[in-house]
Amino acid sequence: MIVNFIDYLRDRLQTVIYCCYGVMTFIVIWSMSVDTSHAHTWAEKMIPGFWSLFGLCSCAIVIMVARWFGRSGIMTREDYYDN
Amino acid sequence: MTTSFIHPAFIMILGAVLLPFVRGPFRKPFLFLVPLLTFIDVLYLSGHPGTYGIYQFMDWELTFGRVDRLSMIFGFIMALMAIIGTIYGMHVEDEWQHIAAWFYVAGSLGAIYAADYIVLFLFWEMMAFASTFLIWARKDEESLAAGYRYILVHTFGGVILLIGFVLRYQATGGDYSFDQLNVQSPELYTWLIMIGLMLNAAVPPLHSWLPDAYSKATAVGAVFMCAFTTKTAVYTLIRSCSGFDVLIYLGIIMALYGIIYAIMENDVRKLLGWEIVSQVGYMVTAVGIGSSLAVNGACAHAFAHILYKGLLFMGAGAILHATGKQKLTELGGLYKKMPVTLIFMLIGGLAVSGLPLMSGFVSKSMIITAAFEAHLLWAGFALILVSAGTFLAAGLRLPYLLFFSTNNCSEETWEKAKDPAWNMTLAMAIGGFLCIFIGCYLPFLYNMLPNTEIAYHPYGGYHLSETLQIMAFTGLAFFLLRKYVMPENTISLDLDWFYRKGGRAFLWTVKNPLQWFDTAIGKAYKVVGISTLMTTSAFWSWFDWNVIDGIVDGTARCVRAIGRRATLVLQRGQIQQTIYYTVSFAAVILIAYVWL
Repeated sequence: MIVNFIDYLRDRLQTVIYCCYGVMTFIVIWSMSVDTSHAHTWAEKMIPGFWSLFGLCSCAIVIMVARWFGRSGIMTREDYYDN
Repeated sequence: MTTSFIHPAFIMILGAVLLPFVRGPFRKPFLFLVPLLTFIDVLYLSGHPGTYGIYQFMDWELTFGRVDRLSMIFGFIMALMAIIGTIYGMHVEDEWQHIAAWFYVAGSLGAIYAADYIVLFLFWEMMAFASTFLIWARKDEESLAAGYRYILVHTFGGVILLIGFVLRYQATGGDYSFDQLNVQSPELYTWLIMIGLMLNAAVPPLHSWLPDAYSKATAVGAVFMCAFTTKTAVYTLIRSCSGFDVLIYLGIIMALYGIIYAIMENDVRKLLGWEIVSQVGYMVTAVGIGSSLAVNGACAHAFAHILYKGLLFMGAGAILHATGKQKLTELGGLYKKMPVTLIFMLIGGLAVSGLPLMSGFVSKSMIITAAFEAHLLWAGFALILVSAGTFLAAGLRLPYLLFFSTNNCSEETWEKAKDPAWNMTLAMAIGGFLCIFIGCYLPFLYNMLPNTEIAYHPYGGYHLSETLQIMAFTGLAFFLLRKYVMPENTISLDLDWFYRKGGRAFLWTVKNPLQWFDTAIGKAYKVVGISTLMTTSAFWSWFDWNVIDGIVDGTARCVRAIGRRATLVLQRGQIQQTIYYTVSFAAVILIAYVWL
């Protein structure tokens, strides 16, 4: 059942992607109507969709830093410690 | 021991000792019964807070059972995880694994209920040694080496802790109680105790043992290990170092460091190990903040973390158990063969990522809120950045590469891949259920938290919007940049480089310059020492033979010759002559006696 459901979604990958875009858009629009009195900084109140931007940038930063760090010599061959 | 107090660790130890004698059809019920009894004991103790198990040992009064709200919540989750872990490993025939695991749990429970450093140290070391056998139980060369590294690092940590509390004992005139240290004006012993404790919490730069050891342990061993060592250490840090502000910086570094390494990692269980480093970073930060909300957050996050990380390690263990593989580059596309494992790993991944209605959402946010309330904006934002990274690593990258992306499985691996046996599935189901239950029914976790005066409501509109936005757009970034996080057949160098390479340098030094020097000394001794000795010996031998023996032998020969002559003169065989000599001799003696 689980496999069939996943196959069903994979067969309609483009639709799934569009649905995800739709959900993202909805979340951003909804976030603009949410009470921001619990915000921690002025930036959250002033910038619409602040956390969307923060999430996107955070993920991109983490990926890029990991890639740069790995490529700088940290990622090495698997038998590095072998005799 | 009073009649109303049976130490939970005692039940586990007794169970471990009796286990080899319980065989056949009784083994599985026994495996279930012992952690269950321990859990019931912990529940009983939670209803009876107080101080128990006080013994006099030499000059010290040892306290084994301090039951308060802080020890209750940690005791509860450890005992619960012991049940889940034992169910997960019920199929394992090797009784040594169960014995090691139970001693390990006993060590953790003993440390949690300990009220002084002596008892703490006893159980602390029990944990370290017992868990080493969970690594060695895999019985391959890599595990053997990793086990040695693990025990050496933990022995080092144990010694630092020992020095710390002995110095404190001296400085305070005999105080060995395990309580809050004066972190406002720390002494040398405060630092040493903190370093000893934080090594077990895998705080950088003392963290490298964790991904190294957990990835080499047995499938069941890793499930136990991911729960007990670091979280017991978090408990001890809360107990003794709450508000030690250096922990805020170390915790943030830890959270960031762990997540960066998790993204680079190819080994599934090592990746999860790095995730532990990152998540324990939240708890360490909370301990450093030290406010009531932060301490509650650390406890809640440790509680939630044990369950979701246990679930993820169980999923990874199920894959390892079925296929014998744990590298992302050797797996992939497994949803067709292991759909049940996929569901549980997804639940674990989403729980660690802090999806609303999951355990991570209600625990992690407490720490982030505590950081903002303490006006540590940089720390709050850094932790939110890490939570995006966590979703990327455990909620997106890991399930994507294991279950959906290109199938990198060999034909043999693909054939072997299947969902695990009933006991492993049951353990994962319990873990998965609790991950969701905690996220949905807040009083279950929140009523156990130590600081009761704090009210925290995670399901506010703003917090929900914040979390959903972060997760949605982290997903978008992953979708766009996923080619940069594809696994590669590499390992990532870490600070263990220093002691792994340092160990080899030491070995090289011993094998080469020191060995050469030793050989040279040996040769020199052979040439100079031995020949001198031989010449001297030859001389003394000659001296002995010719001079000493000559004198002794000459004297003997002389006596013998005189004797012979005297015999010839005095004993000629004529009786009259013999009587004459005898009487004359007697007369001479008599005269001499009379006159003298």
